[in-house]
This record gives sequence, C-alpha cells and structure tokens, in this order.
Amino acid sequence: MAEAHPAPVLELAGIVKTFPGTRALDGVRLELHAGEVTALIGENGAGKSTVVKCMTGIYQTDGGEIRMDGKAIAFPTPQAAAAAGVTAIHQETVLFDDLTVAENIFLGHAPRGRFGLIDKAAMRRKAAAILGGIGAEIDPDVLLRDLGIASKHLVAISRALSIDARVVIMDEPTAALSHKEIEELYDLVDELKRQGKAILFISHKFDEIFRIADRYTVFRDGQFVGQGLMSETSETELVRMMVGRSVEQIFPKRAPRIGPELLRVTGYSHPTEFEDIGFSLREGEILGFYGLVGAGRSEFMQALIGLTKPSKGVVRMGEKVMAIRSPAEAIEAGIVYVPEDRGKQGAITQLPIFQNVTLPSLAQTSKNGFLRMAEEFRLAREYTQRLDLRAASLDTPVGALSGGNQQKVVIAKWLATRPRVIILDEPTKGIDIGSKAAVHDFMSELAGEGLSVIMVSSEIPEILGMSDRVIVMREGRIAAELEGDGLTPETLVRHAAGISTAEAA
Amino acid sequence: MSILKHRETLLVAVIAALLALIASRFPGFVTPRNLAAVFTDTAPLMILALGQMAVILTRCIDLSVAANLALTGMTVALLNTVAPDLPVVVTLVLAIGLGAVMGAVNGILVWKLEIPSIVVTLGTMTIFRGIIFLISDGQWVNAHEMSAGFTGFPRIEILGLPVLAWIAILAIAVMALVMSRTVLGRAIFAAGSNPHAAAYTGIDVGRTQFAAFVISGALAGLTGYLWIARYAVAYVDIAGGFELDVVAACVIGGISIAGGVGTVAGAVLGALFLGVIKNALPVVDVSPFWQLAISGAAILIAVAFNARAGRRQGRVILKSAEQAA
Repeated sequence: MAEAHPAPVLELAGIVKTFPGTRALDGVRLELHAGEVTALIGENGAGKSTVVKCMTGIYQTDGGEIRMDGKAIAFPTPQAAAAAGVTAIHQETVLFDDLTVAENIFLGHAPRGRFGLIDKAAMRRKAAAILGGIGAEIDPDVLLRDLGIASKHLVAISRALSIDARVVIMDEPTAALSHKEIEELYDLVDELKRQGKAILFISHKFDEIFRIADRYTVFRDGQFVGQGLMSETSETELVRMMVGRSVEQIFPKRAPRIGPELLRVTGYSHPTEFEDIGFSLREGEILGFYGLVGAGRSEFMQALIGLTKPSKGVVRMGEKVMAIRSPAEAIEAGIVYVPEDRGKQGAITQLPIFQNVTLPSLAQTSKNGFLRMAEEFRLAREYTQRLDLRAASLDTPVGALSGGNQQKVVIAKWLATRPRVIILDEPTKGIDIGSKAAVHDFMSELAGEGLSVIMVSSEIPEILGMSDRVIVMREGRIAAELEGDGLTPETLVRHAAGISTAEAA
Repeated sequence: MSILKHRETLLVAVIAALLALIASRFPGFVTPRNLAAVFTDTAPLMILALGQMAVILTRCIDLSVAANLALTGMTVALLNTVAPDLPVVVTLVLAIGLGAVMGAVNGILVWKLEIPSIVVTLGTMTIFRGIIFLISDGQWVNAHEMSAGFTGFPRIEILGLPVLAWIAILAIAVMALVMSRTVLGRAIFAAGSNPHAAAYTGIDVGRTQFAAFVISGALAGLTGYLWIARYAVAYVDIAGGFELDVVAACVIGGISIAGGVGTVAGAVLGALFLGVIKNALPVVDVSPFWQLAISGAAILIAVAFNARAGRRQGRVILKSAEQAA
C-alpha cells in the first residue's frame, strides 16, 4: 500500500472538531502526497467540508495534529494556510466579477512597484505566464464576468498557483461544468500532478474518482473509515465503506397505516431545472426524496407549491386537477413546504411568536381583511402547546428564542394551516442529535395521523430510517423509485451518483 | 419589542427636552395655542411620513411623494379655476384618487418589472414635475384664482384645531389601525422583515409593495390638496425636495431602511421632531440654515442608535442559543 511512497506533504492525524451539540470530526486522518491526487469520499455530513475548512485555516481544530513535511504546523488564519502553500478551489468559486482576470489572480498579493503601488505591467505578465503554464487561453485583461464558468475555474486555479501552492484542494470542481469542460479540467489536474502538487479532490461522481485519483480516503459520520490506492479497490467496496451500517436503531419504529392515493404529480417540467417529474403520494405515507446536492429536489418542490412556475405538468388531488400558481393557493389546497434554510426562509425573527404562527393561516384568522387577534392567539396557543414550545409569552419576538424553539415556531406555523401534504426540506440539517430524534418522532406522529409527508433529505440513514418509499433524483430527473428490499444504501448511492447497474448485479 | 417601545419613549423625551429648553427662554412657544400651531404646521409632513413608513417597511423607498403632492395640488387648483363650485368632498376624493393612481404607477413598476424602487421613484418624480409644467404652462395659480371654499377648508376650526390638523389625526388613526389590525399591515411587516419567508407563507411580496406605494401615493395626493389650499398658491416647484424631509422623519422615527421595523408612532414622532425644530429656530433667533444641520445630525444619531439596538439584539440571540445547546 502507501508504505512504499515517500512521506506525505501534508498529513492530518487524529483531527477533532466539535460544534455545540455535534462532533463534526472525530479523530480523522488524511494524507496528501506530492504529485498525486487523493480523492476524499463520503456522504453529505461525513465531514468533508469541515476537514477542508480545518486545512485552510477557516476553522480551528479542537484536537489532533496537522503536519507539513513531517513537522507540526498550525493554521490560525486563512492567510497562514495560504502562506504555507495550502489553497482551496471551492464549489462556488470565490472570485470578483468586476475585476480583471489578472487582478483576480493577484488580489491580496499583487506585485508592487515604486511607492508601494501595484505594478500592473508585472501583474499582467505574471498572470499571462501562469495561465499559459496551465494551457489556458485567457486574456489577463478581460473582466471575469465575461468568462464562462469553466474559464472562471481556470482563473481560480491560476490564483491558487500564483501563491506557489504545494497543496491544492478541489471541492466538487466539476459540479457545474459541461462534459467537454470536465475533460479539460482533468488535463489540468494531470498537469498539476506533473508539477508535483499534492491534490485533494472531493467528488461524488465515481467515474471521475476512478479516472483521476491515485488514492482515496473515506469518511463516514465524521470518522475516518479507510484509505488506500485506487488501483486496489472497486466501486462496490467504496460504496460499502461510504454507507456502512449501524445507525438504524435511532429511528422511531412505526407501523404505517397507508391510506388511498392523495396526490398525483405527472410530467412536471421546468425549462432549466428539472424534467418529467411524476409520482404519487398516499395518505399517511412518508415519501423520501433522495439525491445529491443540486439534483433539483428543492427546485421541484418550490415549483410544486407555485413559488416558481413549471413549464408543464399536472397535479391531481383525488380526482381533482389542481392549479397551483402561488404559495397561497398551495396552502389553500393543503400543501405546505417547510424550506431548508429556516434561518432565511423560515421564521420572521422581528415578529412575535403568535404572528409567525398565524402568518400562513391569515385567511382563516381574519375577516374582511381585518385581523381577529383572539382567534390568532387561540391558534398560536394550540399549536405551540402541541409542539411543547416553552416561551414566556406569545408576544416574544421569534429572534429572542433559541434555534430549537425557532424551529418549533416554523413547524407550528405550517401545522396550523391544517395541511394534508407537508413537504419537509432537509428537516434535520444542522441540528443536534437530540433535536433530530424529536423531529423524526414528530414526523412519524404526523404520518400516523394520516398526513402525507414528503421528506427531502441528503442523509442516507434518515432516508432509510424514515421513508416508506424513496424517489431518487439525479440531474433534474427521477433516477429511480425504491421501496422494500430494493431500498438499500447501495442502491440509493448508485442511482444518485449514476453508477451503471451492470456492475451492481 | 421593548427596544422599539424604548425608542419611541426616547423620542418623546427628546422632543419634551427640546420644548423645555426653548420654554426656558421663550415661554410663549409652549402655550397650547402655539403647540397646536406647530402640530398643524407639521401635519403635511406627518401624513406623508405615514405613507413613506409603509413603503420603507416593505424595503422600498418613495422619492416621488413631493412631486405627487405638487402634481395633484396643481391639478385640483386648475380644476378649481374652471369649476369653483365643486364641493370640497369631491376635491378630496379626486386628490386622494389621483395620488393613489400615481402611487400605483410606482407600485406596478416595482412589482411587475422588479425595478429597484429608488430608480422607479426617481424617474416618476421627474416625470410628475414635468407633467405639472405641461398642464400649467409653467404658470402659477394664485390665491385670487381659487375659490374661498377651496382655500378655506383646511383652516376651518373644529374644537380649537383646524381641519388640517384633524385630517392628520384621522390619517394617524387609520394607519395605526391598518398596520396593527389588518392582513395588509401584517403582510407589510412580514414582507419587509423577511421576504423569502413571507413568500413561502403565501404572501405576495410584490403585491404588498404595490399596496404600500398606493397608500403612500394616496396620502401624497391628499396632502397635495391640503398644501395648495393652505398656502393658496400652486406652481411647478412647490414642495421641492420635501421628499427628503419625509424620509428623514421616518429614519429619525426609528423606521429601519432595511425594512420590517418601525411603527406609526415612530413616523409621527419623527415628523414632530423636525416640525418642532423648524418652528423653534426662528423663535430662538437661530438661522434656518441650522435646521438642515440639526436634522442631518438627528438622522445620523437615529441611524447609529438603530444599528446599536440591532447589534445588542444579536448578542442576546447567541446567548440563548448557547444555553439551548
């Protein structure tokens, strides 16, 4: 295995990173070698982004050691990491549209001339040399906004090279690229390897990992699972390491009482985001929507509730064809959507609890455009009590509540509309394990009362533990519908990542 | 909530302190009669600030209010020259309606074309002023051309206060009711506090902004008639630059330019603060040019105060989040 090789350039050993209520990294290790690509593999929430942030000085580790060339080193700031030659190219490139390519490459460390002014000529010359070195035909003087996404990536990479990077981290660099652009990126990675850079490559796409990586490291739930050479492993083995088996016991066991079909969606399409989405949903059912980030799940849900307009598609509830053109009409039809980013899209923190709870139900709690306060308080009291929300008063602004209680306000708000279908988008993202269990219990309780639940989730244990049936989306389309014995971690990952089923058999 | 209440009490205290200071040298300024005169003089600013408040709460701004006022005023003045016997009620309805239509133009552009409101109203402000020139040929409409009923109405005294003051009180009462007791008022707060979240709950943020512009326009139209009648003159540049006083009154009154935070009481007190300063400076023999510097300083102090209040709130959230974890 790796022993034959010289010592790694950058080595992480026993890294621990905790956040209130969670342990994001639990003694992970990672080794990066000069002139080699190491793929970091793991499900969402495995700790991949956290470890990148620890390596680039954005987070401080709570334990463990980072070694460079065998010597312990610390990255108290992003600048320190950059000075040590560690640089990251992010999923969404952090660049400036209104600056030129050369300015983007040298922002913060531009060559200086007399009087400390920026030496533009030198900057342009050096930028052209770096761009030329990676075979990019980009004029250093054009504005970044005039470039395509692939060229922007090249600029980001050039910026990484301009600080004489020894370690280059690429976080899902191909997520937004076309097929041809991806090939060009592979060539570039090969070029970086030849220059002796140690590369960390994060990707969910297995074909890509096998095409480009020399080594792999697998994380699961913030822990190190294994590492090795790509030439000595297989897709099946990597998938097995990624998904593991354990966590099932924390999910509430329930005997679903699934009723007749309540909702049927056919041929929902959007010009750019998703195509031909169709499924049915029965009373009391929890339907999971699984997929990689960016598979179009949230986009579809937002279209379903009328927030964005689909180009075509039909929604039926029972025999009735519904025309849902706005969230207000969706609420009236009994379909509510609890968005993923509850900070930004959920509670209105300046308004008091009772006003938040009644906001989507104002049609019920008002008469001729006038609010009926007594009715509002009654509704708010009923649903906050039901969710066991303890606050001094319903007049308290939601912003003064803890995160968990804000979450309860958001859920109370939607339940108060007495929906028939509730769509929960990543219901447990970013909350601690105790609260997660509470959300899961609550979800089964709702389904037990005959409510139909659509749960969008990127966490495999949650999808497996909660769903009666799962729809897997990939690149804006339905890749598979799984239930019963067909619903396993392996099938989920394969369909979501688009691995050929031939090898699975 | 306590911070908001605190802010308004603070403003009341500041105004009271200001009056006490002036009274210590010029007791005549604080007689009930003079205070009523100050209130009446500030009435147009208060009415406009109420409309502006609704617009600012939805994260927009209406720079066209003064031009709307001037155009409506000129229109009803011209109408009065040709139909002097038109009942005042009809004039009032026309002024409010015309103002509302102009507000609706702003609102439609913001709602349907999603143009930033500062750009829209900067444009319509210029257009409205241009239209005044076109319909009046650049001519003034003077006192002798207007009928006595037309110019006299705002000055009729009821229970010791002129109609102008009573209309301001009525506007305050109606807006207080709209903001606290109607679905529209709730939607205005929600859409301004967190437009994303509001959209998910079925509130049409664009339509709410449209409604706020219509309110602002209607109140500007109403003020247009009252202004022209009170000063008994109409010309192209009337109330030029007054929109900035209106925005200043809102900001001083604690209405957050970031949207979602503010009260009717705040808008009224902000306007009164400026009104007291404007009326007091000539009395204490200070150059009126100081008024500009003082209201400018008041704006900065108010904004700094708002920013501090916001920061303090942020710390509180973190603390309770820590305790929960």
